[in-house]
Amino acid sequence: MTTVPLPTSGPIRDTLEARPDSDNYLTHTRGVLSWVFTLDHKRIGVMYMWAVLASFLLGGIFALLLRTELLTPGPTITADASVYNKWFTLHGAIMVFLVIIPSIPAALGNVILPIMLGAKDVAFPKLNLFSFYLWMSGAVLCIVSLAMGGFDTGWTFYTPYSTTTDTGGVIPVLTAVFLLGFSSIFTGLNFVVTVHKLRPPGMTWFRMPLFLWALYATAIIQVLATPVLGITLLLLIVERTINIGIFNPSMGGDPVLYQHFFWFYSHPAVYIMILPAMGIISEIIAINSHRSIFGYRFIAFSSIAIAMFSFIVWGHHMFTSGQSPLMNTLFSAISFSVAIPSAVKVFNWVATLYKGSVSLTTPMWYALAFIFLFTIGGLTGLHLATLSTDVHLHDTYFVVAHFHYVMMGSALIAMIGGLHHWWPKIFGRMYHEKLGTVACWIIFIGFNVTFFTQFMLGSQGMPRRYYDYQPEYQVYHVISTMGSYIMAFGFTLTAVSLFGSFFTGQRAPANPWGGRSLEWQCASPPPFDNFAKTPRVGDCYDFTDVHWDEKTGGYWVDESADTAKDGRPA
Amino acid sequence: MTQIAHDHHAPAHGHGHSHGHDAHGHDAHGHGAHGHDGHGHHDPHLAHHFDSLAQQFDSAKLGIWLFLATEVLFFGGLFVAYAILRMRFPEVFSFASHYLDTIMGGINTCVLIISSLTMALAVRYAQTDNRKGLITCLVLTFLGAVGFLVIKYFEYTHKFHDNLVWGPSFYVPPHSAEGDLEGAVLKTAPAPPGAAITVVNPAPWQVPDLARKPAVDASAVKAAAMGPSGVARANGTPAPAPAAEPAPDAKDQAHPGTHLEDASMPPNTHLFFAIYYAMTGLHGIHVVAGMGILAWLTWRAVRGDFSSKNFTAVDTGGLYWHIVDLIWIFLFPLFYLIH
Repeated sequence: MTTVPLPTSGPIRDTLEARPDSDNYLTHTRGVLSWVFTLDHKRIGVMYMWAVLASFLLGGIFALLLRTELLTPGPTITADASVYNKWFTLHGAIMVFLVIIPSIPAALGNVILPIMLGAKDVAFPKLNLFSFYLWMSGAVLCIVSLAMGGFDTGWTFYTPYSTTTDTGGVIPVLTAVFLLGFSSIFTGLNFVVTVHKLRPPGMTWFRMPLFLWALYATAIIQVLATPVLGITLLLLIVERTINIGIFNPSMGGDPVLYQHFFWFYSHPAVYIMILPAMGIISEIIAINSHRSIFGYRFIAFSSIAIAMFSFIVWGHHMFTSGQSPLMNTLFSAISFSVAIPSAVKVFNWVATLYKGSVSLTTPMWYALAFIFLFTIGGLTGLHLATLSTDVHLHDTYFVVAHFHYVMMGSALIAMIGGLHHWWPKIFGRMYHEKLGTVACWIIFIGFNVTFFTQFMLGSQGMPRRYYDYQPEYQVYHVISTMGSYIMAFGFTLTAVSLFGSFFTGQRAPANPWGGRSLEWQCASPPPFDNFAKTPRVGDCYDFTDVHWDEKTGGYWVDESADTAKDGRPA
Repeated sequence: MTQIAHDHHAPAHGHGHSHGHDAHGHDAHGHGAHGHDGHGHHDPHLAHHFDSLAQQFDSAKLGIWLFLATEVLFFGGLFVAYAILRMRFPEVFSFASHYLDTIMGGINTCVLIISSLTMALAVRYAQTDNRKGLITCLVLTFLGAVGFLVIKYFEYTHKFHDNLVWGPSFYVPPHSAEGDLEGAVLKTAPAPPGAAITVVNPAPWQVPDLARKPAVDASAVKAAAMGPSGVARANGTPAPAPAAEPAPDAKDQAHPGTHLEDASMPPNTHLFFAIYYAMTGLHGIHVVAGMGILAWLTWRAVRGDFSSKNFTAVDTGGLYWHIVDLIWIFLFPLFYLIH
């Protein structure tokens, strides 16, 4: 990383120089209809992004409501426990199905994947748009279910409660999740085909940036696991409407079968959330360390290994459901082995940081927060995979804290980090760097105050999903709730930093961080068709020929030096 | 599904028929890669983001195969439910299977296999530029789908008539289930004069009464593997031990009629019909979707869209149709041929 000015002319200049505002994908065509019917992967990704962020706001409001309710034992802001049941159910369902699952693949992945790959679009652009509208129908049905009385089943919809509860929104929300599932399937299918078939010359499997490996592994899980959720929800809908009895024990059916079906999807779904997050972290760490990622192949293969393991560990959610001891032992042992590929990633990230010249940008702070939080989240997973401790910890706040460390502290933090990382690329504006970093710290502190407390709460026996509790738990609940307020403040600052960039942000250079992968080699925001000419694919983690250019305030990649290395023309 | 097939042919579809939403992608950047500018240096069937027709075709093929994998897993859930129910209640399956019409099921199997053949021929004709053969075969395949559904309709109606249905109403005596289903179930029905069977417990599945578990002759049927047997027989009285195989005679099979009077009926027989309707119903929905695809393909074939250079939609639509057939090939023996 040296300061070498960008050549005054030539193809690099043409690509990287700021284009007029009228010539990027955002301004390429105008009017509402040009967005509603767009087939451009970037616009579809941006629409997902707004929709996901809006859902995040909604899910966050429910989180604050339920945390506030738990400030005191007994009634705090609602005297009706069933209202509280609806709050935590809505918080869970919205955050899982409308926020975390689509956040990275559908929102960031849609924008970034084809550009990073060097393709003009995803393989099936119309399917992509269809998938977005499936998602929107699901989101609208969620709102409809709220209007029809909400639902209090928990986001897991366990039978027989979900088939007997008299809250009116159960059927709409089941249909909604069914549609969201198919949206996820079609996105995954699109990504698998895109990665297989649309790689440009030179983009071999092992030249793919690790974010693409992660999205690819995720897409495989989306395609293979989500259909099982689809059929499970369909069975639940017919069970509830016409009482077919397959999950009803008094009719000879089996409610544990429902749990098996549900977790056969929903455990892999956890990896649908975390794998792309790990991909983002690999990118942010390598680029901000300005150093080749350590153990590239290990990270790539560990993504695939995690995807494979994800399908054979679902029973660890059901240790107390009456599974046979043999099954419990097997599921426990396999669950432990997930720690191996996960630790491979963590060690490789840390090894990349070692002796790197680290730039502490806001995305980098998020990445470091991720490593810290994911390590805690992952290690506490081992407590829960251990049969003897799980019997004690099952359905306590320990579980709640564990999966919030993984799903929020890891997946969502990575999503926010990735949002900062690619924000200049997507919108062509720089967010407020100092504000972003401060917000990251506030979120990090708030997060730990909220959820580390819950580990203690859970290990002392506070069950999850309870409206009321013994007074001796109150001090933990108060601390946890205060943490959630700190987090809310942090997210507000993040929003100010990001959205403020539209008003006061500086124009982003093509390559603000010194990235080597292809998305940094087209303008910010990218032109409509991504690349004027098929880009030259180099080693995306070789940062030796990345130079700082004072005038544009960004980095540029000297491809001619690359040609000297491998003889291929620039 | 339609969306996928549609997708592969977006450019062909849009060619000369510019949709509102196609216009966005095509008017503004005229570098000719998508062939809409009429310069002819690119194939009109090639979408702008592909480099070659081969790449586009390969993508479509991989896409449809992945979709078929999701279909297999989608049905896979039901197959697992089937396996578990059958493992728990083997006697229910061997008993209730006799109430399915093997002849009609067999005819339907043949109909679907033949329609698979005509579909395969349609793909071949598309590849060899035989437009007439293509249209004929697509129409024949469509008719196969119609035939299948007509036969299925008659099967379903017979079963509904004989009250061979899922859930609570299965235990309502035949022909008294008209009108309000819930009401019929929940009221304590007095014994119809002369009827051998009465509904004593109005909803036995809500209050399982293990004491009323009927005596099942262990030598005749294999007992349920584990767990409570759930629903007691409808009349709640122990049945006389069945003499031997619970197979109803040929007359019963032709007109099963009053299944409640069959003394050998094991508890939870309704579950067989629950999974039967779930699986064949979902399959039927796929047949209907297939008809939509076939109609769309026929319309495009008549319009002359397909040729040896452009048959991806026929190919992918055909693959979808084959998996719908294939699923039936599994459903038929699993439900009809249990002995």
